[in-house]
Amino acid sequence: MDTDQLIRSLAADNAHRAPRVGAMLTMALLVAAPLSILIFATFLGVRPDVMTAMRNPFFDMKFAVTLSLAIPAIIVSLHLSRPEALMRGWGWLLLLPVGLLAVAIGSEAMMAPAMPMTMRLVGKNSRVCLIAIPVMSLPLLAGALFGLRHGAPAHPALAGALAGLVSAGLAATLYASHCTDDSPLFVATWYTLAAALVAAVGALVGSKVLRY
Amino acid sequence: MRGREDEWTGLMRSAMAGDDAAYHRLLKAVTPVLRAAARRGLARAGQPPDQAEDIVQEILLAVHLKRHTWDSEAPFAPWLFAIARNKLIDALRRRGRRVFVNIDDFAETLPGEAPQETASAGEVAAQLGTLPQRQRDVLQSIAVESASIKDTAAKFSMSEGAVRVALHRGLAALTAKLRDH
Repeated sequence: MDTDQLIRSLAADNAHRAPRVGAMLTMALLVAAPLSILIFATFLGVRPDVMTAMRNPFFDMKFAVTLSLAIPAIIVSLHLSRPEALMRGWGWLLLLPVGLLAVAIGSEAMMAPAMPMTMRLVGKNSRVCLIAIPVMSLPLLAGALFGLRHGAPAHPALAGALAGLVSAGLAATLYASHCTDDSPLFVATWYTLAAALVAAVGALVGSKVLRY
Repeated sequence: MRGREDEWTGLMRSAMAGDDAAYHRLLKAVTPVLRAAARRGLARAGQPPDQAEDIVQEILLAVHLKRHTWDSEAPFAPWLFAIARNKLIDALRRRGRRVFVNIDDFAETLPGEAPQETASAGEVAAQLGTLPQRQRDVLQSIAVESASIKDTAAKFSMSEGAVRVALHRGLAALTAKLRDH
């Protein structure tokens, strides 16, 4: 087939309209979310003292941190799904959870400590945290990658890492309602490790499946 | 240069609004520019220029299948050249070269420089043969025999909707095969 013939067939297909990447990503995440919630409900569940915990600002802070990772990661991943997009000017959005954590750690340090620092840091759930967040991330990561496949990212591994951050942020939001470790030190250590792990998996898979 | 790119943006806006003729004109207009750039890229990588047409066809397919990622408020040329660069790098990498593609390969094409002849392109044609019968028939009919969707539907006693679906699936499958082979 010569190029003129190919062009003719492309023009004949002009009526075909694909949905926007944002619509595709939203749909894929909505399909994947029940699976992650099912894993959460089966193995973890909301912590029993949640009503009291909600009066603790450091409990609420966990959700602010995880959502400030997930939502900006969605925004940046959609931006990067355009072929000509650059990271420049967008990367700072991903520093939002880091900033929040720094503020939280600072305010905790100014209060009279309820527990020694090492106990706040290591907590009771570090191992569960490191396993639960990545496991609950998996369906969401698959969904995010499926949605982003619809785009045309210039850097597939980077886009895959962002898909990892999206899914880790959402999974960590679920996990935060289970975990009884509310210290920002704990969140900064273990949630970050878990998210980095998922981002690495996302980058690895993304470098294969997000090429267009 | 500015005028040409504004014209492309206008054509693409019309195309996205449903003007098939504008889309056809746009693809015809960008092809010589892409061809010249592909040749330059190949030459820079020490590759023979005869593979340029394969790369041009891959770029055109990607442009077609990813056009929903173009923001109609943005100029068309940077979007087009980003896809072209991506496909050129991909193609050179597949041929086992470390590649460095100069952005200027795409930005500074002189209008008169574009060779007019259409070189043979083997890859799309070869992959066409591996498509399911129905998709291949429809693509052959529309591309090679330049039949309309309506005539193609009549010829194969299909509905026009089924022809459209087969055409789109065929183009998507071709693209996937070119990328992964």
